[in-house]
Amino acid sequence: MARYIPPEQNKAGQILDIAVVVVAIFVALWLPLKLGFAGAAKSIDPLDAKTWDALGQNPTMASIWEKLGYTPETAHDIIQNRFHYIIDWPTLIIMAIVLIAYFVFLFRASDKEYREVINEKFDDK
Amino acid sequence: MTAAVDTGQTTTIHGDRVSLLRVLGPAHVWALGVGIVLVGEFTGWNFSADKGGALAALIVCWIVGLLYTSVAMIDSEVTSTVAAAGGQYAQAKHIVGPLMAFNVALFLVFAYTMLEVSDAILLGDTIVAKAGAEGLTHNSFIAATIVVLAWLNYRGVLMTLNVNFVITAIAYISIVILFFSVSPWTQGAVLKLNELVTPGNALPYGWIGVIAAFQFGIWYYLGIEGTTQAAEEVRSPARSLPYGTMAGMITLLIAAAMTWYVCASLMPWEYLGITYYPLWDAGKLTGSPLLEELLFVATLLAALASANGCINDAARAWFSLGRDRYLPSWFSAVHPRYRTPYRSILFLLPIALAFAFIADLNQAITFSILSGVLQYTFMSINIMMFRRKWPLGTIRRGYTHPFHPLPAIVLFCLCMVTFFAIFLGFGSQLIAMTVFYFLISLWFHFYRYKFVRRGDQFSMPWPKPQGY
Repeated sequence: MARYIPPEQNKAGQILDIAVVVVAIFVALWLPLKLGFAGAAKSIDPLDAKTWDALGQNPTMASIWEKLGYTPETAHDIIQNRFHYIIDWPTLIIMAIVLIAYFVFLFRASDKEYREVINEKFDDK
Repeated sequence: MTAAVDTGQTTTIHGDRVSLLRVLGPAHVWALGVGIVLVGEFTGWNFSADKGGALAALIVCWIVGLLYTSVAMIDSEVTSTVAAAGGQYAQAKHIVGPLMAFNVALFLVFAYTMLEVSDAILLGDTIVAKAGAEGLTHNSFIAATIVVLAWLNYRGVLMTLNVNFVITAIAYISIVILFFSVSPWTQGAVLKLNELVTPGNALPYGWIGVIAAFQFGIWYYLGIEGTTQAAEEVRSPARSLPYGTMAGMITLLIAAAMTWYVCASLMPWEYLGITYYPLWDAGKLTGSPLLEELLFVATLLAALASANGCINDAARAWFSLGRDRYLPSWFSAVHPRYRTPYRSILFLLPIALAFAFIADLNQAITFSILSGVLQYTFMSINIMMFRRKWPLGTIRRGYTHPFHPLPAIVLFCLCMVTFFAIFLGFGSQLIAMTVFYFLISLWFHFYRYKFVRRGDQFSMPWPKPQGY
């Protein structure tokens, strides 16, 4: 197999490539934050009676909350702030498809490139 | 400007070939791995209690411990054989192919940079909480942490990891001191596990909560695989890397168990699940000012050690991308005096600073976990391909892990469970990040790869892989 000679990249091209990667990193990480995608669905299940007992705290738990500086009123929003796990099937399916498609592409394209590497490396010998 | 030319494992600067220095031993490998991870005991793991309750946090501590034991076993075998900077990146390049290697390097850079961001936020928040001064923000502490540690990394790997060894050891010993100070063999005096974790509140969300807890259960051990980044700087990779990694994993399993036991026995799960400082709070709740101060200092040291190791690892992954021309070779320069990948260190510095100011702790941790789990999924498939392409006996391995393919299967299955756990809280983010990796892969495969030399990428003295 003929040895592949890569083209030389000029400085402007190198800077452009770095810029592409940096912009992509920021878009991937920052955009979900900006659009509010990040974060799990938690909400407060309010209680009328704000007592340690109503909040499900036994005397030991209550004493620790108090040691930490909380009262039943101030601890209410922490204790009653709960996850509501609901499986959103369309999103789950989309996530599975995206992940599978990504890995399939990754392994197939990698294998194509890998064969060129192996051919050049071992045909030289 | 210094002219850097890639020539395999070395970089040519002004006509002189320079490479990274081989100065590290097993203790440094331990310090790198445990240093990165130990902060997970000081914050992060406890969010798994929020997701599923105190018992769920313990269950995932064990199960995710199994996941990471598989990671450590697999990694030790492959890395003791492929000893090159970039760790899993170098493994992917030799075993799967260039595109996978490019992606794995990005997983590494994202996982470690976001972990560094989380560490800096934790350190800043801890100091602000301790100071209790109105109007004091964490920004200056975050910036100082990231800049000073980047400078330390710039100046040399030996000093960086010597510092890491000392501060990691102090942070670890503080957990041991806390554990034995609260009479762990006696319930009722200080520890009140039976009264805090009851049949009624042990699993408040049932088993779905246990699965959801996997997301942050990863934080108990995330980053132990970073030991492989030192492959090109250890004196004896075949010996030091397996020893350092396995010793690190054992250390962490012990620390995780002690941390859960003390924290779950000292505070209600609702509080444990939301605090940023579970061990510092545990110190406070013992009523001992000495323990409180010790755990405060240890929290800072753990965050520093982790950020320090992360800068080291992310820079080496980025450096490796430059050296193979997957990214412009400008990044592959080694400092002529300090022998560090200084341009990569400096390039990643503003990225870490930017995210430290725009993301909160929870989100930064999730970014890091997402990239980590993508990487572990790769590792489970990578070891199968490694054993198939070079069966035992065809090449010299520094270490051969037992029970193959069981660890790989366990790792793959646990990664799938963790993806589902992430979906329960951060599904849209997972999709967004995967789409990013997909698009950047297209860019690499159809455009950037043309600048890469083909045969030169395969630098190991191995025979041709079977099946090719």
